Amino acid sequence: MARMNMIQAINSALDNMMERDDNVVMMGEDIGYFGGVFRATAGLQEKYGKTRVFDTPISECGIIGAAVGMGAYGLRPVPEIQFADYIYPGIDQLISEAARLRYRSAGEFIAPMTVRSPFGGGIFGGQTHSQSPESMFTHVSGIKTVIPSTPYDAKGLLIASIEDNDPVIFFEPKRIYNGPFDGYYDKPVQPWSKHDAGEVPDDYYRIELGKANIVREGADLTVLAYGTMVHVALGVIKEHGIDAEVIDLRTLVPLDIETIEKSIEKTGRCLIVHEATRTSGFGAELSALVQERCFYHLEAPIERVTGFDTPYPHSLEWAYFPGPVRIGEALDKIMKD
Amino acid sequence: MAKASAPKSSSKKSTSTRKKTSAPRKKAVATSSSRVPKLPAFKRYKANKAELLELYEQMLLIRRFEEKAGQLYGLGLIGGFCHLYIGQEAVAVGLQSALDEDKDSVITGYRDHGHMLAYGIDPKAIMAELTGRAAGISKGKGGSMHMFSVEHKFYGGHGIVGAQVSLGTGLGFAHKYREDGGVCMAYFGDGAANQGQVYESFNMAELWKLPMVFVIENNQYAMGTSVNRSSAEDQLYRRGESFRIPGIQVNGMDLLEVRGAAEMALKWVRSGKGPILMELKTYRYRGHSMSDPAKYRSREEVQSMREKSDAIEQAKNELIKMGMGEDELKAADKKIRKIVSEAADFAESSPEPDAPELYTDVLVETY
Repeated sequence: MARMNMIQAINSALDNMMERDDNVVMMGEDIGYFGGVFRATAGLQEKYGKTRVFDTPISECGIIGAAVGMGAYGLRPVPEIQFADYIYPGIDQLISEAARLRYRSAGEFIAPMTVRSPFGGGIFGGQTHSQSPESMFTHVSGIKTVIPSTPYDAKGLLIASIEDNDPVIFFEPKRIYNGPFDGYYDKPVQPWSKHDAGEVPDDYYRIELGKANIVREGADLTVLAYGTMVHVALGVIKEHGIDAEVIDLRTLVPLDIETIEKSIEKTGRCLIVHEATRTSGFGAELSALVQERCFYHLEAPIERVTGFDTPYPHSLEWAYFPGPVRIGEALDKIMKD
Repeated sequence: MAKASAPKSSSKKSTSTRKKTSAPRKKAVATSSSRVPKLPAFKRYKANKAELLELYEQMLLIRRFEEKAGQLYGLGLIGGFCHLYIGQEAVAVGLQSALDEDKDSVITGYRDHGHMLAYGIDPKAIMAELTGRAAGISKGKGGSMHMFSVEHKFYGGHGIVGAQVSLGTGLGFAHKYREDGGVCMAYFGDGAANQGQVYESFNMAELWKLPMVFVIENNQYAMGTSVNRSSAEDQLYRRGESFRIPGIQVNGMDLLEVRGAAEMALKWVRSGKGPILMELKTYRYRGHSMSDPAKYRSREEVQSMREKSDAIEQAKNELIKMGMGEDELKAADKKIRKIVSEAADFAESSPEPDAPELYTDVLVETY
């Protein structure tokens, strides 16, 4: 057991998998020699060599396309796309090739690959270094989308993703790499070393995809969140003294709808929080599912707190970000109904 | 590529390090470079004293502006990402001083502060954009990597590596379509030179004979990856050959060399011969962005470039040789420091945009 931040936990997962399986290879822009822009792959090239941990040219479409081919041939590539905002040149390969190969070859070919990519805002990165494009991938059948919220989960989920036989998009919320950011941007963030979920085993372990985590049990309200927003929601609930149940979805596809259903049947109220823009965001899907499955248990309309329908701003970032004030207002509203 | 023949440089000024092979040459085999038009030789630009002083001041402005931006970043007044242009000043100044500002357009990547300053855009508006203020050139909504000035025909400022090259091709098309005599200068880096859409752009630009100057600012490192670790053909000026786009390699640390090459390139393009590819060999002294472990190169390498190849020092020495006095140089320095310090004050004291700005400029319509 060691104290790790999320970067170290991801590094540890990659290390374990490289050790266990020769088919695992890592590639990406500056991931080898440089150790990754956020240092997530630091030291791994030295340990496993340049054949298994290698730098690529700045060619996202080519990186993902090559990974599909590697996967189809039996390897387990773990390409890194340096920022989720850079993934778009590779979308053709992800959607038309990675996600569809299994179906169109009737299961003969698969593309086991895990695309790691730091995502989300809160770092003043402007519109090309802050986006949350998860719902672009949840909309595509044939691909899984995983988003951890703690170092412990990041490691277990990443290992399960690499071992998964389907293509996985593994989005790493970069705002919480170093600590559970609670939305108060003007205050220092508590480091992971002081948090229980910063306790991470050095050895291999898995967290199964498709299993949500109830991070706080409660009776009055169910909050559905993932990534950074889990911690922002927890902070607000504490402040408002509401007995809410907070569910960290962990994986959006496959989604643990049973856990969500059970919780809402108990609480009768549902708040959904995400950083991504509102329209066609993953919250819309969650809201529809809850309405379809739990309608007769609901005591108030489902609320969503999300990013606004604007490009990610440079200035005014904290107005865009669904922070404590907006979440607090939604909580008050839903509890009044 | 036919291996039978030695790689042919399309420029006599090439600093190619590749050895020529002595393999016998068969006449019937067409080499890739033989179908690429030959570019005329170019001369180092002859600037008079006043002209050189002006260009020197532009480079100095970029240097001092970027140093100040680095300081403001350190103080927390600039957040997020900030890519400084220090070391590369001769490229933007040498090239853009040859452009016709009324007609020509410029587009570049994320390391864009220098190109804007070289185009005479108000340093206050640029610095205020870096600090995210309403008076910034993009109202604070763009930030360091995303700045624009339609008035100056400066089309950004783009955070996605290589994406601006396709946009530039569109600008080149528009110049041709409108018959406005303008040329688009599209900058990108050695890293972006490996993006697929760059080659789609090359093909279209040559196919349609667009008035384009593609400029590779080869500062040797794509973040922490050196050119020869990422590029199969590391002589990047040759990257257009399979599209029959002639290329030229230029010492980007020599202002007047850059200007001379730009004059030749623009004459070529304006005469309707189609696009040209310029590789400017340059060097950034600072890290890629503000957090850079600098493991990928030695301190000595950086120091050596600063000492032996600095374009600003070189221009200064030439001015002294032309008879420029110490007083005049000091006055120039003082003038630039004042402009930069005013820009910084402005950027620190201007208000942030109002909250409703979050929802403006999303679509043309209000909704």
